[in-house]
Amino acid sequence: MKVLYYPGCTLKTKARNLGDTAVESLALLDIELEELSRWNCCGAVHSLADDDLIHLVAPVRVLIRALEQGGGRLVTICSMCYNTLARANRVMRDDPEKRKTINLFMDEEPDYQGEVEVVHLLSMFRDEVGWDLLRERIKIPLKGLKIAPYYGCTLQRPREVGIEPVGRFDLMKHFIEALGAEAVSMTSADRCCGSYQILGNPEVAKDASSIILADAGKSGADALVLSCPLCEFNLDRNQGVLFEEGRISKVVPAFYFTQLLALALGVDPRRCHLELNSEASIGLLRDKGIIAS
Amino acid sequence: MNKAQTHPTNEKQNQKIATGDRAILPDGAKTVPIYVMGKRYEVPETLTIMKAMEFVGFKFIRGAGCRGGICGACSTVYRKAGDYKLHFGLACQTVVEPNMVLTQIPFYPANRAVYNIEEIEPTAESVYALYPELFRCVACNNCTKACPMDVEVMDYISAIKQGDLAKAAVLSFDCIQCGLCASRCMGELPQYHIAQLVRRIYGKYIQPRAEHLKKRVQEIDSGKYDGIVKALTEMELEELKRRYLESEREPNMALPGEWLPKDQEYL
Repeated sequence: MKVLYYPGCTLKTKARNLGDTAVESLALLDIELEELSRWNCCGAVHSLADDDLIHLVAPVRVLIRALEQGGGRLVTICSMCYNTLARANRVMRDDPEKRKTINLFMDEEPDYQGEVEVVHLLSMFRDEVGWDLLRERIKIPLKGLKIAPYYGCTLQRPREVGIEPVGRFDLMKHFIEALGAEAVSMTSADRCCGSYQILGNPEVAKDASSIILADAGKSGADALVLSCPLCEFNLDRNQGVLFEEGRISKVVPAFYFTQLLALALGVDPRRCHLELNSEASIGLLRDKGIIAS
Repeated sequence: MNKAQTHPTNEKQNQKIATGDRAILPDGAKTVPIYVMGKRYEVPETLTIMKAMEFVGFKFIRGAGCRGGICGACSTVYRKAGDYKLHFGLACQTVVEPNMVLTQIPFYPANRAVYNIEEIEPTAESVYALYPELFRCVACNNCTKACPMDVEVMDYISAIKQGDLAKAAVLSFDCIQCGLCASRCMGELPQYHIAQLVRRIYGKYIQPRAEHLKKRVQEIDSGKYDGIVKALTEMELEELKRRYLESEREPNMALPGEWLPKDQEYL
């Protein structure tokens, strides 16, 4: 099976551990992620101002490129890209007035009416691959690893584009279990990590991430699993700083869901870009015997 | 009223046309109206914008360079009657059209970062650090629409954001640094300066080196050709002329690698 794939800029730069592991894992599941031949930044954040249409131009242009390249489904992995593309797509499908304004502005492109279906890779596992098939293909079950699903803000909100209703975390739970690990739940699975505040207002962001990590520690999780590069930065790579500053007492590393998938499917750990995660993440995998020490 | 209009049957043979880019108008040649900075002028229909402006008396002391479509000095913006679209071109390359309303953009302010190419890290992060405004791009595509060289400007900006400097260097290769992209940018990016930095990094650090060139430079440095250069520079003029006339020349359209001279001593 071949599906159109929108990586997003971060998966090509800072978050290769999210993008590359997805492409390699999916190939082992006989799914080819065919990257769009031309694409631009998705815009990263959906503007909440009702009349701010210029920020819809970038995601709509991506959707037009997808339509040009065959249309149908467009798979994304980054939570932010998914949210931005899916919301722009809904505007183009459901709001005739905004659709007309945007199509008139983008007069060098063919008109777009929301024809493409934007799909998050996690939904594709649930709806198309199926947990049974995934379980069958696992070569190195992640036994003994307790993992808490972390959804952050953008996978479930707003509900029209959510991959699962707010408050339910079954999708990642089933995913974790299919990889042979144990899913543990925590109450702050959909709490904000602090997001972009880490740049302009780092104290606020650190407070936000510390609450989540403390909760993860209490829940007994060895690690978090997530699908957003910004969450990964705040909750994983920045964790050493939070620990040194005494904000958290226990280190709970985070992995991208595609990294755990790749490891469980038997991809060489050296190609899982663990060097881009926090140091604690590699230590944990060694302790659990998932990668060689 | 001219002769052609009084005798419609002879119109074709009698109508004088301006030919090529000759600025001296043959008697009765067809002219078209154009508007330069809002003022109407009648100009020969075959002239480029640059020649037409000179025809009506403008003198270029800036905003004209090579006159061959390469230097990027003569950016022009124009509109056509009844068309909301902005059009862009180089004055030295674009032929006038009736009722075009135009102005020259000889210069457009765009910040250029200072860097030392010898010390720069050849990574996308270096580009981001020097030009953080890169991330203000909203993908409006006005830059691409403004480019008189048909460069996919927005696509190379996207490639840089994706960390793919090689792709950006190739996509921006035809850029002539005219600055029209920067003049239209919503995010206020100096696209052409960013692309130039990327091509410099690409050329110096990323693009594979040409091995045959390296070998030839080594040969020159080792003195392999010193003897023949000395012989040529000391040669009598008549002998030099004779040798020049008798020299072998690669035939036009010879396939690469197919032709070799008889004398291969210095190959």
